[in-house]
Amino acid sequence: MSVSQPAERGPVDESPRRPRRRRGVSAVGVLGELLLTAGAVILLFLAWQLWWNDAIMAGEQSSAAAQLSSQWDEQRRAAGAGGAVAAQQYGEPIVDTTKHANAEAFAVMYVPRFGEDSQRTIAEGTGLDVLNSIELGVGHYPGTQAPGEIGNFAIASHRSAYGGGMHEIDQLQLGDAIYVQTKDGWYTYRFRDLEYVTPETVEVLAPVPHHPESTPTDRIITLTSCNPLYSTDERVIAYGVLESWQPAEAGAPAEIADVVASWGA
Amino acid sequence: MTVYGALWRILPGPTWLRVILLLVLAAAVVFALFTWAFPWADAILNPVNVTVEGP
Repeated sequence: MSVSQPAERGPVDESPRRPRRRRGVSAVGVLGELLLTAGAVILLFLAWQLWWNDAIMAGEQSSAAAQLSSQWDEQRRAAGAGGAVAAQQYGEPIVDTTKHANAEAFAVMYVPRFGEDSQRTIAEGTGLDVLNSIELGVGHYPGTQAPGEIGNFAIASHRSAYGGGMHEIDQLQLGDAIYVQTKDGWYTYRFRDLEYVTPETVEVLAPVPHHPESTPTDRIITLTSCNPLYSTDERVIAYGVLESWQPAEAGAPAEIADVVASWGA
Repeated sequence: MTVYGALWRILPGPTWLRVILLLVLAAAVVFALFTWAFPWADAILNPVNVTVEGP
């Protein structure tokens, strides 16, 4: 039985298959496969850009920023600085005008209006190495002022994709806080207004925005991102003015102390 | 004979094993695309577009 079976099956199996078998590659078949594959890759690219590159990057960037913030906090505690200092005037803010190397992280931005975990690391330069980085995300325009300095502290970030550090920039409302932390302390800016400009409008970066010839007296922060969402035709600009400052020894501003404490956890 | 047809024939084992192998291959390709190919392509397709810059 075991001997006769293969002998019987052989010709029965082979004969109907033979006419279907074709040698060589069918050009039309391969072309069809290539087109299908290209379509799938393009769909995957969209999925990557709109979902993966946004959600995953946002998580990575915010935990990197939280880590940097709590690192400064630990250094402060290790230095033996006291706990909460009663609310008071701290005088002129410390302004660190040290020139930073490109892509060097030197501050953390946190805007409660941008939502939970919206904290981002601010690094020097606005190249792809900063803006598309998995741990940075917000770039400081070289040549613009430092946090707290009289003039314009100008920064840029993505609106969508690459962590979308300024995704909700158009949701800002008058008086919203924009917190900037450096190793020296916390700078609290208050959002003032939005502006929509063409991509060439570099005047928004001037110490007095749109008035490059004027001498600044205010301490301004300028956020730039792209507009409309998912487009690159325009830029959306958000301006804020420094409201208060507190040194690192005083810890985070009271309104966000709990949030900031949770970053170290 | 097509490329995917050839791939199916090259894979060893019964149908269920080939299906699993194909899924593993597909996952590896997607990982490579997400990690290297897409970031590279995007940097070329979309240069910095969130900054204001002189002409």
